[in-house]
Amino acid sequence: MADYKLMKGNEVIAEAAIRCGCDGYFGYPITPQSEVMETLMLKKPWEDTGMVVLQAESEVAAINMVYGGAGCGKKVMTSSSSPGISLKQEGITYIAGAELPCLIVNVVRGGPGLGTIQPAQSDYFQAVKGGGHGDYHLIVLAPASVQEMNDFVGLGFDLAFKYLNPVMILSDGVIGQMMEKVKLSEVKPRWTEAEIKKMSGSWATTGKTADRDYNVITSLELDSAKQEQFNHKLIAKYNTIKENEVRYEMIDCEDAEYIIVAYGSSSRISQKAITLCREKGYKVGLLRPITLYPYPTKIIQELATRVKGFLSVEMSAGQMVEDVRLAVNGKVPVEHYGRLGGMIPTPNEVVKAIEEKIINVK
Amino acid sequence: MEVKDIIKPENLVYKKPSLLTDNVTHYCPGCSHGVVHKLVAEVIEEMGIQEKTIAVSPVGCAVLAYNYISVDWQEAAHGRAPAVATAIKRLMPEKYVFTYQGDGDLASIGAAEIIHACNRGENIVVIFINNAIYGMTGGQMAPTTLVGMKTATSPYGRDVKLNGHPLKITELIAQLPGTEFVTRQAVHTPAAVRKCKRAILKAFQNVGKNTGTQFVEVVSTCNSGWKLSPVKSNEWMVENMFPFYPLGDLKG
Repeated sequence: MADYKLMKGNEVIAEAAIRCGCDGYFGYPITPQSEVMETLMLKKPWEDTGMVVLQAESEVAAINMVYGGAGCGKKVMTSSSSPGISLKQEGITYIAGAELPCLIVNVVRGGPGLGTIQPAQSDYFQAVKGGGHGDYHLIVLAPASVQEMNDFVGLGFDLAFKYLNPVMILSDGVIGQMMEKVKLSEVKPRWTEAEIKKMSGSWATTGKTADRDYNVITSLELDSAKQEQFNHKLIAKYNTIKENEVRYEMIDCEDAEYIIVAYGSSSRISQKAITLCREKGYKVGLLRPITLYPYPTKIIQELATRVKGFLSVEMSAGQMVEDVRLAVNGKVPVEHYGRLGGMIPTPNEVVKAIEEKIINVK
Repeated sequence: MEVKDIIKPENLVYKKPSLLTDNVTHYCPGCSHGVVHKLVAEVIEEMGIQEKTIAVSPVGCAVLAYNYISVDWQEAAHGRAPAVATAIKRLMPEKYVFTYQGDGDLASIGAAEIIHACNRGENIVVIFINNAIYGMTGGQMAPTTLVGMKTATSPYGRDVKLNGHPLKITELIAQLPGTEFVTRQAVHTPAAVRKCKRAILKAFQNVGKNTGTQFVEVVSTCNSGWKLSPVKSNEWMVENMFPFYPLGDLKG
């Protein structure tokens, strides 16, 4: 019997974490995602599954707790919103450099600086291009519904452990705060010590036993030649991820002459916009990237050979549009439409934008 | 009698702890780190807890501590070792978890992490090497640098108006209810080394009972940073460091 609930996106993150056998959550309150930790504290999973939940003294401490837990081969996560995610960048680059698996949830709000507590998508660059120092990438999942907030927790951990790489769920204040029907995941038990040893024993700090040398979790390499070798190893891993893990959804693209590219809450708004466009007689389709890294570059390249133009709709000053342009490579026009500072575009605004910027341009 | 005839178990009066690896350390001759590493290795070996010990190294001279002691290690970002150790211990409560941090790491950039870990009473051991200077980056002023002490970033001596007072972080930590045992030691004489070892042993024995944070400061020398010979460094430490950082147990 499936477990259906009406829940907020943020609450679902907490519920999904417990259900997927998460070992530890470490967080610090920040709007608009505080419900994640609040829900966990209310549910007291430590009494049930043994999951550790800890309110850290700062986002910096929280992400370093994630480093510590991930280094033990445990399923650990944190969540925050934009200013807090900026603080976590130090820890995230160390986690990427030490090749540790973990899950980071960013319920994005408008910036820069303290910005606003209202929804935005202005952390795209930070999420997909690295974010902290050094050459690295996160695997970035962009949920467009409360259901996907649920699904991507389990998927995120699977990908994190498959590639020993940090995974980010790049959500926003709309998806985090809105309530929708959600089918909750099946309950999975936490991994046993034996399972962790089998899966991660070659690298995790579970205590040096007689059958192995001692394990060291570090991102330090003072020998430049070895560091370069390691950088190439990371590049190879990212290439494998690009090959295997691209996810996207296409709506009404078969006969489309124009394509809207949008992720997260913008894709929900754009879905209504393409319906309105079709009512007006414009053949517009929607491409929704589900993974923002790896980016669905190939499908955009293919679409660029048969459509007349693209509009990237984002609640930012134009960030993802750069990746659309890179994929399209000048074949057809690519424009951007976005609202900023916590303002959310309406479907009619999107229709007007595609008319003015793409369809009616001679 | 030849040398080989003397080398037999019954004649053994001193040996390298089995947990110390054969790697040549990068520490300067005369540095206190080597001695403290040895003491930590001895305590873990004598308690038979190698399989249960997870260590966290800092950023600073001891960043490469994981090359020298044969236990599982995590190398933390600068100052964050107490946060890293917090998660390790909470996720694996049966383990012995310790951080090994210098004064820049613990008392400056990681001040928040150490205060809050100690305040939560995390069941970890903290080994705090205080040599009043940033050794690894080339002898810059530390939060524990004494007033008037010359460093690369206080070339005319630490000026209180410019730089504030040296931070007695251990006194501060002793105030926190989460800490059980807080002590200040040194390793400049054989007697001090033996005493320091007893303190580290106590800290590890205590932490096995999960009754709070165990904090061992070791007032240390940095002859390269201080630009003194090892012997002179010890003398300078006794004359200048000990009056400001007096040795002994602060708590427990």
